[in-house]
Amino acid sequence: MSEPYRIQGETGAWEVVIGLEVHAQVISKSKLFSGSATTFGAGANTQVSLVDAAMPGMLPVINRECVDQAVRTGLALEAKINPVSVFDRKNYFYADLPQGYQISQYEQPIVGEGVVHLDLPDSETKEVGIERLHLEQDAGKSLHDQHPSKSYIDLNRSGVALMEIVSKPDLRSPEDTAAYIKKLRSILRYIGTCDGNMQEGSMRCDVNVSVRKPGDEYGTRCEIKNVNSIRFVQQAIEYEARRQVEVLEEGGSIKQETRLFDANRGETRSMRSKEDAHDYRYFPDPDLLPLKLDPARVEALKAALPELPDVKKARFIAEYGLSVYDASSLIEERAIADWYEALVKGGNGKRDPKIAANWTISELFGALNKAGFDLADSPVSADALGGLIDLIGDGTISGRIAKDVFAEMFETGKDAAAIVEEKGLRQVSDTGAIEAIVDAVLAENQDKVAEFRSGKDKLFGFFVGQTMKRSGGKANPGMVNELLKAKLTG
Amino acid sequence: MFVWNGLYPMSLDKATVASIATLARLRVPEDRLEPMVADLNAILGFVEQLNQVDTDGVEPLASVTGHSLPQREDAVTDGGYPDRVTANAPDGGNGFYAVPKVVE
Amino acid sequence: MAGILDLDLVAARDALRAREISSTELTSAYLSRIEATADLNAYITVTADKAQAMAKASDERLAKGEGGGLEGLPIAVKDLFCTEGVLTTAASHILDGFKPTYESTVTGNLWSAGAVMLGKTNLDEFAMGSSSATSYYGPPVNPWRGAQDSETRLVPGGSSGGSAAAVSGWAALAATGTDTGGSIRQPASLTGIVGMKPSYGRCSRWGIVAFASSLDQAGPMTRTVHDAAVMLSAMAGHDPKDSTSAAEPLPDLEATLDSGVKGLRIGVPAEYRVDGMPTEISEIWAKGIAWLKDAGAEIIDISLPHTQYALATYYIIAPAEASSNLARYDGVRYGLRVDGGSLDEMYANTRGEGFGAEVQRRVLIGTYVLSAGYYDAYYRKAQRVRTLIRRDFDEAFGKVDAILTPTAPSDAFAIGANEDDPVKMYLNDVFTVPASLAGLPGLSVPAGLSARGLPLGLQVLGRMFDEPMVLRVGRAIEKAATFTSRPAMLEGI
Repeated sequence: MSEPYRIQGETGAWEVVIGLEVHAQVISKSKLFSGSATTFGAGANTQVSLVDAAMPGMLPVINRECVDQAVRTGLALEAKINPVSVFDRKNYFYADLPQGYQISQYEQPIVGEGVVHLDLPDSETKEVGIERLHLEQDAGKSLHDQHPSKSYIDLNRSGVALMEIVSKPDLRSPEDTAAYIKKLRSILRYIGTCDGNMQEGSMRCDVNVSVRKPGDEYGTRCEIKNVNSIRFVQQAIEYEARRQVEVLEEGGSIKQETRLFDANRGETRSMRSKEDAHDYRYFPDPDLLPLKLDPARVEALKAALPELPDVKKARFIAEYGLSVYDASSLIEERAIADWYEALVKGGNGKRDPKIAANWTISELFGALNKAGFDLADSPVSADALGGLIDLIGDGTISGRIAKDVFAEMFETGKDAAAIVEEKGLRQVSDTGAIEAIVDAVLAENQDKVAEFRSGKDKLFGFFVGQTMKRSGGKANPGMVNELLKAKLTG
Repeated sequence: MFVWNGLYPMSLDKATVASIATLARLRVPEDRLEPMVADLNAILGFVEQLNQVDTDGVEPLASVTGHSLPQREDAVTDGGYPDRVTANAPDGGNGFYAVPKVVE
Repeated sequence: MAGILDLDLVAARDALRAREISSTELTSAYLSRIEATADLNAYITVTADKAQAMAKASDERLAKGEGGGLEGLPIAVKDLFCTEGVLTTAASHILDGFKPTYESTVTGNLWSAGAVMLGKTNLDEFAMGSSSATSYYGPPVNPWRGAQDSETRLVPGGSSGGSAAAVSGWAALAATGTDTGGSIRQPASLTGIVGMKPSYGRCSRWGIVAFASSLDQAGPMTRTVHDAAVMLSAMAGHDPKDSTSAAEPLPDLEATLDSGVKGLRIGVPAEYRVDGMPTEISEIWAKGIAWLKDAGAEIIDISLPHTQYALATYYIIAPAEASSNLARYDGVRYGLRVDGGSLDEMYANTRGEGFGAEVQRRVLIGTYVLSAGYYDAYYRKAQRVRTLIRRDFDEAFGKVDAILTPTAPSDAFAIGANEDDPVKMYLNDVFTVPASLAGLPGLSVPAGLSARGLPLGLQVLGRMFDEPMVLRVGRAIEKAATFTSRPAMLEGI
């Protein structure tokens, strides 16, 4: 076990307790309770129906797919799917909330308790409890910078389906929390229920932070609203935990409140104490009936779930003999895992899975990162990389040359064989040709040959290097070794 | 039988009614507050008789029809008419609604 | 002119089909009548041009032998239904100038059936009331006057008071109403017409300005039970846009209308004999019981033990839902806006000025009973009692086919009466509210006159979705009552 995360205060070490409420935008064509579109970035109020604009007499009708998406997510979180759930109205006034209430789920959410398994560094694992998942509507958007004295309201987002995924207060450090968000995002993307794009706001986090002396009861928590990147979540936790420790050590007490993370200053601050005025007056939405889920429907959704990250990782370790680290990096995104499997399974199954993993992780990811590309934009396909690996496997090129070939492939999109032919990079495996080079190298370095023979074994590497250099890197390294050994010691 | 004797417990005071009015975003002028307090207390006094009903083990009524929630297919069938949704707006422009500036 | 106005909906329908009259002729007669009865203040908006255009189109269809179930029949619409391009106010200042860009499902159904729209009728603001006196547009007036006091203007009941006044005063052939706690049945009783609240879910609520969503139901207000059956058939139907709309097909309501009550079991609930009920109400009820018995029905004493708690239950649930339903009237997207320094001030100013006193009371009560710490004691408690009220009915309907009660505890009262005390006004709904809470169909049929010469109605309640039974029993009462009295204002037109 690694050292637990602690805040060192003047009175000793403090433990940080973190719980997360993640708002994940459901992938669906239309909104939760209306038939208008959900695509990002459309013109003002173009994706707004009479229902979304809360015109008098308008009524909500739920989107079946959004229900399915919530159930899929619940199943992927190993959670209890509630056979009956209820939609409630959460009442409050805000400019971007046209109904004057948000349709949400309060006492009876669609999904109950579940779990997320975290993989931490040093092969440590940790379970984070899921308290619940419920469906709710997103609000619209207020634009404050368009007019000196007015805010403009765009309701395109109003009514888009969100899943609020509430964790138990099981997280204990900013790193745990980052790992939790990444894992949750990975799961959501695997099953296609949320694209996890935090920049566009399709995944947002409210972070609950409290501190306590290890072993004490939970302290009073503060909620940091709407943090929109993993890095900011970590910064917000660090800042907020320190702030709370300072307050407590100065003899103060923590007030339960909502706080805002200011990314520019890296600090959290109170959103004034408007909280007192918040009384959401939840009650079951009388425009909707209880949502009943047929067990057969849940079973069918379960059967259709793709292989989930944890299962896939275990399989990659068992089936391909990968290390935990390699398996973890390959399964984080379903597209990468699929890409990797396409790579391994191509070439008549002769490709070494570990070599394929190394090439994917070190070379491909490295190059993609450097170029700022996603896997989807990769100029080198799984097939093409497979072709390169096959050329190494059958001795056509050396691993060393392969790296240059890969760089060329990445830049030009050409396939490996073509580059090798074009540039004459084919490995030299002709004994006569290599022997001629070896002889020349030995003749030019008589003194070193003598030193070697008098016991300076280390010089063997020098002879190999010289031979490879003279061959332009193309000599088959195994044959070079053998020939040198024979000639020097023979 | 419903017996209303005209006597109500004064459970709500002016301050409480004022705070409910704030929650409901209703400006109730000072001179109307007092009569409102009396009216609300009359109503609350009237509904207080429900305390006489034994409801132990009784579920709240969820729906009179007993139907389950109908669910629609996921298809884009609505929206795309910003003019229609903003036609009645008291203030706005460029397809937006406008409100007094919100300072967060 | 009296001749054509004298036709009820069914008679006019038949005359139109037989080409004895034209819709244009009929519609013009009603438009003139609306002008002549402007004092009733029954209408907030008269859509004369639209009516004439629709009538002309109907005549064209009728000439070709085409047309729907209500082809060419001029009717009025309670101004709670959103009508495309036509001012829709809910009788509230807060909806100033609001012209919907959409048509409610129910009115859409009516127009599809060929009905002609005369205009939008007056009501209590947001349908909250039993007198229609809370209207921002001033109170509608009951066409009836007391026999000994022809000066005092009386309420037509509420909230569908404008519709009731229009139908009763022949300023519409029929009208739509909505009923949340009695808002169709009580005004029908007070104006001597037929009013029906169907089972919850029968008529789509889509496009009807919401008051209390779990209770609101649209229904017909007509001169006869047969008219109500015909009109309801056109209004009702499953609507996928309303999640609470019933998928159950509506039976042919006209087919069983005249089947009589022989052998039917009619329940008479003991708990509706409330203390202080005027004798004339008990008497008209007794008459109704006797009529049905004479027609061959078996009268069965039943008990609905939680009846006495229905009003209190209603006055928690309805305001709670209303407080939330009315949150959308915020001055942002439609209607009145009263500016303020901040967003919250704008809200409070708009809503403070836009909502009348009764609406404000209910919004505040509703806000209070849902607020933290009070929800269990009020709202949840009320929903539990509501379950008990429904159970009472379910049990009773194991023994009987329909239930007969008075519709309202009194005849029409003077405009301005009962306004000093909101609770006193609420008592008007004592007989209508229980069925609203249970979601059951209810019908008010004119049964006789009070000592003051004002109409009194009887209420028939039925099982969930058993509208045919309710109409059948109602028709039997109608036949037996032979209620032919008319308001004095109709003499000599």
